[in-house]
Amino acid sequence: MSRKVITGSTATGTAPTSELLKVVDLKTHFRTERGTVRAVDGVSLTLAQGHTLGVVGESGSGKTILSRSIMGLLPSRNVVREGHVYYEGNDIIGHTQNEMRSVWGSEMAMVFQDPMTSLNPVMKIGRQITESLVHHLSMDKNEAIETALVLLQSVGIPEPKQRLEEYPHQLSGGMRQRVTIAIALACGPKILFADEPTTALDVTIQAQILNLLQKQQTERHMAMILVTHDLGVVAGRTDDIAVMYAGKVVEQAPTSVLFDKMKMPYTEALISSIPKLDNPSHTRLEIISGRPPNLVSPPTGCHFSPRCKYVQDKCRTDEPPLVPAETPGHFYRCWFPVGSPEGHEALERNLAAIARGTSATNGAPSSDPIEPNPAATAASMKET
Amino acid sequence: MAGSGTAHLREADTTLLRAENLVVEFPVGSTGLVVHAVTDVSIDVRQGETLGLVGESGCGKSTTGRALMQLPKPTSGSVFYNGQDLTTLKGDALRQVRPDMQMIFQDPISSLNPRRKVGDIVGEPLKIWHRGTAEEQRKLVYETLEAVGLDPEAAVGRRPHQFSGGQCQRICIARSLVLDPKLIICDEPVSALDVSVQAQILNLLEDMKARYGLTLVFIAHDLAVVKNISDRVAVMYLGKLCEVAKPDDLYAKPAHPYTAALLSSIPVPDPRVRPKEGDTLAGELPSPLAPPSGCRFRTRCPKAADMCAQVEPKMRQVGLGHYVACHFPLEIGEKPSASLAS
Repeated sequence: MSRKVITGSTATGTAPTSELLKVVDLKTHFRTERGTVRAVDGVSLTLAQGHTLGVVGESGSGKTILSRSIMGLLPSRNVVREGHVYYEGNDIIGHTQNEMRSVWGSEMAMVFQDPMTSLNPVMKIGRQITESLVHHLSMDKNEAIETALVLLQSVGIPEPKQRLEEYPHQLSGGMRQRVTIAIALACGPKILFADEPTTALDVTIQAQILNLLQKQQTERHMAMILVTHDLGVVAGRTDDIAVMYAGKVVEQAPTSVLFDKMKMPYTEALISSIPKLDNPSHTRLEIISGRPPNLVSPPTGCHFSPRCKYVQDKCRTDEPPLVPAETPGHFYRCWFPVGSPEGHEALERNLAAIARGTSATNGAPSSDPIEPNPAATAASMKET
Repeated sequence: MAGSGTAHLREADTTLLRAENLVVEFPVGSTGLVVHAVTDVSIDVRQGETLGLVGESGCGKSTTGRALMQLPKPTSGSVFYNGQDLTTLKGDALRQVRPDMQMIFQDPISSLNPRRKVGDIVGEPLKIWHRGTAEEQRKLVYETLEAVGLDPEAAVGRRPHQFSGGQCQRICIARSLVLDPKLIICDEPVSALDVSVQAQILNLLEDMKARYGLTLVFIAHDLAVVKNISDRVAVMYLGKLCEVAKPDDLYAKPAHPYTAALLSSIPVPDPRVRPKEGDTLAGELPSPLAPPSGCRFRTRCPKAADMCAQVEPKMRQVGLGHYVACHFPLEIGEKPSASLAS
């Protein structure tokens, strides 16, 4: 089987005209006492105007750092940021803080995970919204207040006039998240980054907030990057999905293709670990044993190999490149992809090895469902 | 929904834990106002059963869990454990019952003392109750840590910050198991965890339940999680019970409009299911300081009528083991979504 190795720039090539954001081989490394943490390690993506990209992964997969790195929201000290971030054709990676000020808010904006801590507790809601209006759009005070009222109304806050005079603690979590969305939308950004916008909220409020984001996005023809650990959240609301693991994109595809023809064992495992309402109660959940790797010294070969059901010897030594699948726009990193004859064989072999009770050289991760490798866990704990 | 009544309770002698007409109220400073956190809730759990308690934040599900543990004692009502009314017990008599009932909390990291070693944290209950010799205690701590999937050798000497959230939750589970309890109240034990870790902890709880013969009260806001682990589910809204049923029935034919709305809010991991605006519940929970009259859900209910404001619905049976507190329960297959958008 021939494989075409795809490097950054061509991996996500679409017509340049529709590209609003193009990230090429972005790396973000942190220098720490323990060594270099490769939080984002060569990520390439493109985002067209009005489109939604979902970025999915477990805690520690680098998805939050990716969105902050694209926006240039990281400190400069001890951070190595390499690659290219093209926004409307201009590379903004080298921009200084001052240059970025014209981008933040008016071109790109972000909604953070925790609405309790992302608002200033000692500033009235009204001032927090009008701040950027006055700064970016040079509105006068009255104009800004008028605009803030319209914004609060559009994000579904009842009695907006009264709310302008209130402090964040006077609002519920859902209402606060609506306020942060209003702030993010204030200057009409072309890209909205939503970093786990609903993780801190109840299911019913989560549905409301996601609907709100979607509605605003359609009305404003905005592009959106929705970062989450829950594949259920992005399934019905995104055009494309990038699955991240250990700082790399391990699979990327249009949403329906990703769910129907997933290639990466990690994607499959993430989906099967979600409890599904259609299953009868007490259905045994499939788990991903172990936990994400240490980004200072990730495992050799495929970073997912220590936790993978399909793992073979090759996976432990050779890192798979990002290769295209049959469907255009679908890329994955795996030697033994899900649904392929090789993948099927690999899984069979591992299952047979478990059944025999041996962990052959080619064997699967240890059959212990909880901690696949106590020695490795202990070792990683010693490091911390 | 939001109704009262005890029609859904089973014969007292078949249940391990039975709470009747539980009321928990908190005064607000000296304002004279009262937070009606839990109002007239009755639930029961049989030996070996898992009862799921679901609802939005602020519906009183955690308060109910704590009232069962007498932490604090409920304002009124009774909690029978093995036929003994806990609310009448005081001091040492109550203390003697406590080892049988343990609790696991939502945030695993903040519910462990950061300055103590894991071995001491898990072994503390044994020391307090003078269970066995130091050597026996150590052995039991090792065994329990092993059971929850941690390597005891590596774990006992470390402190909580050296573990991930999922591992901390395993430590909390080990601590709750070490006294060999009969009943564990799990207060949102997986809400702070990633989906992949959530699955590990849910499976672990099922294993521990089988291995130690536990009875669980599982509190959560995610119906999919509750459905997975429970034998019986009670849906709460603003301090009242709405519906009690077996999880499969509850999902297949929700009778309460609130249950139906909760179910439709769950994101489905399938791109073909495009979420629609109308499917979600509008508005937020009313203030528990002044809950609506009659049915407490009427302010957000698509089927609310005049009657709902005047008469509080009582629990009544709509199917085998399926009870609902609603004047206008949904027919099988009926979707209340049409008017939910308002």
